[in-house]
Amino acid sequence: MVTQVQIIQWIQVFASVIEHHKEELTELDAAIGDADHGINMDRGFKKVSNLLPSFVDKDISTIFRTVSMTLISSVGGASGPLYGTWFLRASSATAGKKELTEEDMLKFLQSGLDGVIERGKAQLGDKTMLDVLSPAVVAFEQAVNEGMGTVEALRVAVSAAEQGLQETIPMVAKKGRASYLGDRSVGHQDPGGTSAYFMLRSLLKVVDSQKKGGRG
Amino acid sequence: MKKLINQPEDFVKESLAGMAVAHADLIQVNYEPSFVYRTDAPVQGKVAIISGGGSGHEPMHVGFVGMGMLDAACPGEVFTSPTPDQMLAAAQQVDGGAGILYIVKNYSGDLMNFEMATELARSEGIRTLNIIIDDDVAVKDSLYTQGRRGVGTTVLAEKICGAAAEQGYNLQQLANLCRKVNLHGRSLGVALSSCTVPAKGTPTFALGDNEIELGIGIHGEPGRERVSMKSGDEITEILVRWLCPSQASLIDNIDYSRTVREWDEAQEGWVDVELLNKPLQKGDHILAYVNSMGGTPVSELYLVYRKLAEICEQEGLQIVRNLIGPYMTSLEMQGCSITLLKLDDEMLRLWDAPVKTASLRWGV
Repeated sequence: MVTQVQIIQWIQVFASVIEHHKEELTELDAAIGDADHGINMDRGFKKVSNLLPSFVDKDISTIFRTVSMTLISSVGGASGPLYGTWFLRASSATAGKKELTEEDMLKFLQSGLDGVIERGKAQLGDKTMLDVLSPAVVAFEQAVNEGMGTVEALRVAVSAAEQGLQETIPMVAKKGRASYLGDRSVGHQDPGGTSAYFMLRSLLKVVDSQKKGGRG
Repeated sequence: MKKLINQPEDFVKESLAGMAVAHADLIQVNYEPSFVYRTDAPVQGKVAIISGGGSGHEPMHVGFVGMGMLDAACPGEVFTSPTPDQMLAAAQQVDGGAGILYIVKNYSGDLMNFEMATELARSEGIRTLNIIIDDDVAVKDSLYTQGRRGVGTTVLAEKICGAAAEQGYNLQQLANLCRKVNLHGRSLGVALSSCTVPAKGTPTFALGDNEIELGIGIHGEPGRERVSMKSGDEITEILVRWLCPSQASLIDNIDYSRTVREWDEAQEGWVDVELLNKPLQKGDHILAYVNSMGGTPVSELYLVYRKLAEICEQEGLQIVRNLIGPYMTSLEMQGCSITLLKLDDEMLRLWDAPVKTASLRWGV
């Protein structure tokens, strides 16, 4: 079970990971895009961080919706609508919830992914965040179907995401500004995929540490 | 980095504040969310035209707000698309009851943000359509890329559609006109130097002392080819005629087809619309637009125009109007772009109609 408190912690951790890796994300983007991914994501998640205190008494869906609206109105570029849509769909999928079962988690991860596909019109292999999010959701679903709990399923999902991220390196970009590089985009890791990986890894970190704490 | 700025994060806001003071008779600036709008908006019964995009291309779009052109412009961060809340707030401010036309340049961020804004505005009962500008012939295919980028034709579409809106075109007529202008326009650019985004502080791309990038995008997206520096005439010749026959050029342009996503009012949803550009023909009347990327002086633009006019005459193209100057820049990048727009009687009449904005003004 993932609690509302953990969701807030996750967003807090993700925001600090973005801040910490701001330069790295921007450098990855400079290589094949327009050198603003870290700057834009950090601007958005700083705004989200300022709202954290107001999340305390809200349900998960409301938190996701607020995160979405904040990102949509402050990130800009392609990342704003894509992450904004991801959290907006996550909000719809978690209506009224204060905690999430494995099935709820799957529903929210799947809904977010579907939203990103509709908004961005990318396909697998286009060297985008989809190449990280999609294998993660597939792995999570399979793990849940095999009877794993949220923490174990997330661990499998994050390692699928990491592998997906590595696989963006040899891909030729077909979406966004990187697409104009054609073959010259080969050999570079996708910046949007990198931030998407950080997002899932942050979620695992929070949920996992909580569990260990519980055992101790 | 040497720039006349204070803090990089205040750059866009402080520049807008300067515009507001300088052109208080024409425009007002709203902050949080930021957009620039006509002082006399909303104009009742007139379709309102809104554009927007990353900052750093001034005077586009904020300098084109005023009578006969844009009703509002939404500036994003430098080279970053603005956000849907800006576009929605601008629409609410300038809607005169006849609907809103968003003119959108073909970049993934701009497309997605304007699509969300269209959905939001429509859900509030504001009739809104969006038309995409994609005229950069440097991009060879649309299947494996985002497609042609929106560049110089955007400025011309904003002028022509702005005039049509003043003359009472309805929303659907304006959308059709804007689509036509896009299909009649084509552009190609060259960079002689890179540019530096204030928040980053270092040049966007590296170009050797003796290198130029042909087919550059307005955010420093890679062009078609990097070659050694050449004379002004040679560069103009390459841009206009492109010497390799398999590659699209401004004059001997190949047919270009692609699909774009537009809102369909009958179906109440997004539909893919197939668009096809036709090559220019001998005898066509054209508007020739030579644009500075920011760092190239007007004197050099005229040198380019001189050669351009010579080539057009050889090719049997009749230049009936021109526009020369820095209207769509990429910060301090050195270089230029050439846009050729095939004019029909309707577009010519609308081009000549009065316009009164900070950066484009005639007939008033």
